[in-house]
Amino acid sequence: MSDVTFRIWRGEGEESHFEEYKTEVSEGMVVLDAIHDIQAQQAPDLAVRWNCKAGKCGSCSAEINGMPKLMCMTRLSSLDLEQPVSVEPMKTFPLIKDLVTDVKWNYDAKMTIKPFKPRAPEAEDGTWRMAQDDVERAQEFRKCIECFLCQNVCHVLRDHHDHDKYIGPAMFVKAAAFDMHPLDVEDRVLDLKDEQGIGYCNITKCCTKVCPEHITITDNAIIPLKESVVDEFYDPITKLFRIFKPKNPTNEI
Amino acid sequence: MTPSNLHLPQHLPKPRGFGRTNRTDSWWLQPIVVFIGLSIFIVYSTWAAFQGVNYFYDGGGSSYLSPFYSPVIFGSEGHPWFGARPDMWPTWLPFSPALLILWAPGGFRFTCYYYRGAYYKAFWADPSNCSVGEPRSCYRGENSLPLILQNIHRYFMYIAVIFIGILAYDAWLAMWFTDSDGVEHFGIGVGTIILTINAFLLGGYTFGCHALRHIVGGKFKEISKHKAHKKAYECVTCLNKRHMLFAWTSLIWVGFTDLYIRMCCIGVWTDWRIF
Repeated sequence: MSDVTFRIWRGEGEESHFEEYKTEVSEGMVVLDAIHDIQAQQAPDLAVRWNCKAGKCGSCSAEINGMPKLMCMTRLSSLDLEQPVSVEPMKTFPLIKDLVTDVKWNYDAKMTIKPFKPRAPEAEDGTWRMAQDDVERAQEFRKCIECFLCQNVCHVLRDHHDHDKYIGPAMFVKAAAFDMHPLDVEDRVLDLKDEQGIGYCNITKCCTKVCPEHITITDNAIIPLKESVVDEFYDPITKLFRIFKPKNPTNEI
Repeated sequence: MTPSNLHLPQHLPKPRGFGRTNRTDSWWLQPIVVFIGLSIFIVYSTWAAFQGVNYFYDGGGSSYLSPFYSPVIFGSEGHPWFGARPDMWPTWLPFSPALLILWAPGGFRFTCYYYRGAYYKAFWADPSNCSVGEPRSCYRGENSLPLILQNIHRYFMYIAVIFIGILAYDAWLAMWFTDSDGVEHFGIGVGTIILTINAFLLGGYTFGCHALRHIVGGKFKEISKHKAHKKAYECVTCLNKRHMLFAWTSLIWVGFTDLYIRMCCIGVWTDWRIF
């Protein structure tokens, strides 16, 4: 047991600021445990969003010592406890109070993605057949817990506030999950290029770095989508091949 | 519905100033290392490319060609495809065989997805590192000129694949030594090993390219129906997972290979023949 100093972001709007709290910590604790101790013993009005405490609900996203992380998955033993530990809300979304931000924009942005559209069923009973190999690629993206840490760290949203022309890495993961599904026949490439701003991503890979589910966002979702845009709009040879390619009734590429 | 129609978040926190962050780790180390590493390579490779000499070592019957100069299209050393510098070459324009070909591997690296992320951070501070403040508020990304031209990457990749074949052939030629009677014998010198590792590392980097990964298989929704593409996709994916590793090791090694051959040519280093 030892006393550790936490600098926690408190307040609303322009008035918000860091406040220091000291609390006793013990082996095995995570940052969320310490926040709960502070809430229970020193600051009952401290606003913090949490739910599962198991890294699966994506509720307790915050910035711990400046890095976007889930509070419930950040062990205190992984931090330098000799120095104060800073805990602040995500910087890409409006602050509601203390550690809680309004992430509604993400759900709205998700609605801009054309939904999954399966091809016509090929089996007589109205079902489809898929190979496991083909489904696997999209399954990685199903691990997303919508914690929005990737949205938070992406500098296009965080520093440039381009929410009106760029939907962010979490949404590209959603788009990739649909787009790489073997049954899907929807065409999302034009939207990705013109409306959802995939060209704004400059591949810093920060989204991949902070993903608590270890989804390889940049390499497996964003870059393949960027390459699809290249296929369609920036590659004259591919366009030429497409002219001579026979039409495929199942719309398979 | 489009992002521009959405109810945009109001009262967003103000962006932090350049270099400002609450990160407590050494976030500045990575961009500095990348900046220094790439700068050293750019300065050395530019200097070496303009030399125009000491790029082919044939001492002791060997046949080592610097990768910065391969293939020699026009030149005075090595085995140029079309002889010496053409007479029509303007006298005021510097000539070096390297300048005729280096645009291709240079363009491949410049437009590479890995390097893009790395040099945007290290040279443009866009951003310097994750969750670190930026120096400028205006941002266009790769959505408009000039960076939209990065989409040309796959064309550089096509050329780079051809270069790998040429460099592998150079490594093969480096395994043959001509004795005093003019007869060729198989052999291995230190230069042979260096050139072979060079071809291997550059191959690992080129065949792990993101654009290649997409073209050979990533674009298929049902890749299981295309067996050859599936196999190729798996191989490229395997290399792609180590793309950064190959990017750096091949960069360092290609520079070292040129340096080794240059040092042998001017007699500073001796090429040891193993057998």
